[in-house]
Amino acid sequence: MSPILEVRNLQTHFFTRAGVLKAVDGVSFEIGAGEIIGLVGESGSGKSITGFSILGLVDEPGRIVGGQILFKGQDLTTFAPADMQRMRGSSIAMIFQDPMMTLNPVLRIETQMIEAIQTHDGSVSKDEARQRSRDALGLVGISSPEERMRAYPHQFSGGMRQRVSIAIAMLNRPDLIIADEPTTALDVTIQGQVIHEMQKLCRKTKTALLWITHDLAVVAGISSRICVMYAGRIVEQGPNEALIGNPMHPYTNGLLGSVPSQNRRGEPLRQIEGIVPSLLNLPAGCAFENRCSNALPECRQSAPDEVMMDDQRILRCFNKVK
Amino acid sequence: MAPLLKVSNVSRDFVKSLDLVAKFLNRLGQDHREEIVHAVDDVSFEVFKGEVIGIVGESGCGKSTLGKMIAGILPPTRGTVHFESANTSEDSRPDALKTQMIFQDPFSSLNPRKKVIDILTEAPIHHGVINASEKREFALEMLNRVGMDSEALGRYPHQFSGGQRQRIGIARALAVSPELLVCDESIAALDVSIQAQVLNLFVQLKQDYDLTYLFISHDIGVIEHISDRVIVMYLGRVVETAPIETFVENPNHPYTKALLEGVPRLEIGQRDYEPVSGEIPSPLDPPSGCHFHPRCKFSNEKCRAVRPELIEISPDHYSACHLNSAE
Repeated sequence: MSPILEVRNLQTHFFTRAGVLKAVDGVSFEIGAGEIIGLVGESGSGKSITGFSILGLVDEPGRIVGGQILFKGQDLTTFAPADMQRMRGSSIAMIFQDPMMTLNPVLRIETQMIEAIQTHDGSVSKDEARQRSRDALGLVGISSPEERMRAYPHQFSGGMRQRVSIAIAMLNRPDLIIADEPTTALDVTIQGQVIHEMQKLCRKTKTALLWITHDLAVVAGISSRICVMYAGRIVEQGPNEALIGNPMHPYTNGLLGSVPSQNRRGEPLRQIEGIVPSLLNLPAGCAFENRCSNALPECRQSAPDEVMMDDQRILRCFNKVK
Repeated sequence: MAPLLKVSNVSRDFVKSLDLVAKFLNRLGQDHREEIVHAVDDVSFEVFKGEVIGIVGESGCGKSTLGKMIAGILPPTRGTVHFESANTSEDSRPDALKTQMIFQDPFSSLNPRKKVIDILTEAPIHHGVINASEKREFALEMLNRVGMDSEALGRYPHQFSGGQRQRIGIARALAVSPELLVCDESIAALDVSIQAQVLNLFVQLKQDYDLTYLFISHDIGVIEHISDRVIVMYLGRVVETAPIETFVENPNHPYTKALLEGVPRLEIGQRDYEPVSGEIPSPLDPPSGCHFHPRCKFSNEKCRAVRPELIEISPDHYSACHLNSAE
């Protein structure tokens, strides 16, 4: 089965006054229909820019300078802005971290949802669009959608707003949803509810989902494959259980080790020393070298390429964790 | 042994007073009332020297308000906070410096126009802990305590990363030799790998300087790692307090259970989430009786009508649930 989305060696750079900032530097991965992929990284790792690049939302001074984004076989990087506009919200949808920022505060939910449908398909009547919006709201677990549709965004709680943005993302039955930290702003019990709805929807509608987050535990719970990003590159990607149970890259290993529940109480947490290097002047070698406990002399000279391992895992490391 | 901190029946209300229009309409015979949020509602507990108390709860449960009252930033509406038997709401208490607070956001809690050396020494100089001439030495010692060096002294907060800024915040709190640190979501804004560094620093400092922590967080994993005892809050009330082992292995209150089940955990791997239903109700208009009853699958008539009291169900394990007293 061919994947819905295939990202090949994507490079998104920002041309700032201080120099070229390689936010995304050679990222490759693919997503099949109905699959949930987790893209994990710390702040500044380029995970959000990867998501924005797929949607063609990278602003100046940023530019996609290399690579391909194949969506159902078509290369999105060659699309004209107008064509890209048609894709967004119909074939590919996005869910952002803060639903208060993405919903228009002065329009009723209903108006916004109908607009989202009619923009992409002018032949749909208003009543039909309203009907579809109501069904979408019901689908994400909003009770009495008929009345709630008439409300404004500020009348919803954070979790409810996030459900509304999920409903809007689902409106035009996209093939791919990119969710950027969709549950980070939510409370634990509400986060559980939103994850639950997303899992159900993806299974039911066969929508592919790219879940971008800093929280390894969340993606460990829902995704089939996990990609770990560091300083603009995916350093390790592989099937969920293999990657979580047996991390091979020292960074993945360190990240997993520093999660409190992986440690014994009363003992110091295992920690990764140092801080993320500035993307403006990355070292010639592996960007993780200065924090790595497994570093070899050659790590300083050249950056490791992606190597396919036996268990469907792709790794960028000269000296993997044994 | 006398407790270091004793919180007795503390409540804090926030009142939204009537605006002009509402006052006018009241004169015309309409009935507009002031809106009152009971941010913290009748909370009591004790903290002993050397303990780490974790306070968990979701947004709006009053955990930050409670922390501020203990740190003396907000006076309680009712009830008292005693620190080493001195009432903290009396202004002139001499030991006010002994409780310090560390905030969530390392960006907004440091003055952007002050150099690190001044941030660290302002309070100690003001309170006469040190002389202005000892400034540099003193600031350097504080920085060393949190694992930073003299390079930082002359720089401004924006020149540091989030983790380093949080270290400066901790050094500032330590500068007046506190005994109790109130840490309000102190590592929530940091990246995962940096969280571990700062959390380790907290543990190290506790041992070195004999500190007591009140650790406020929504992150159960962090709380489980660092605390000796846990207080679970929901909509302003304490629903359960338990020693950490009991909290993890044998939680009693349905809300605590829901909270623990909802946490994404690495160990479990791929799974189907089956979350507790319902929203967190508005604190402006909390449900009657037990605040959790609309979301609780075990709720009955009594839960809807009567507020449950905290009852000791096993040694040192308290829970506010009617199910414990029902036969």
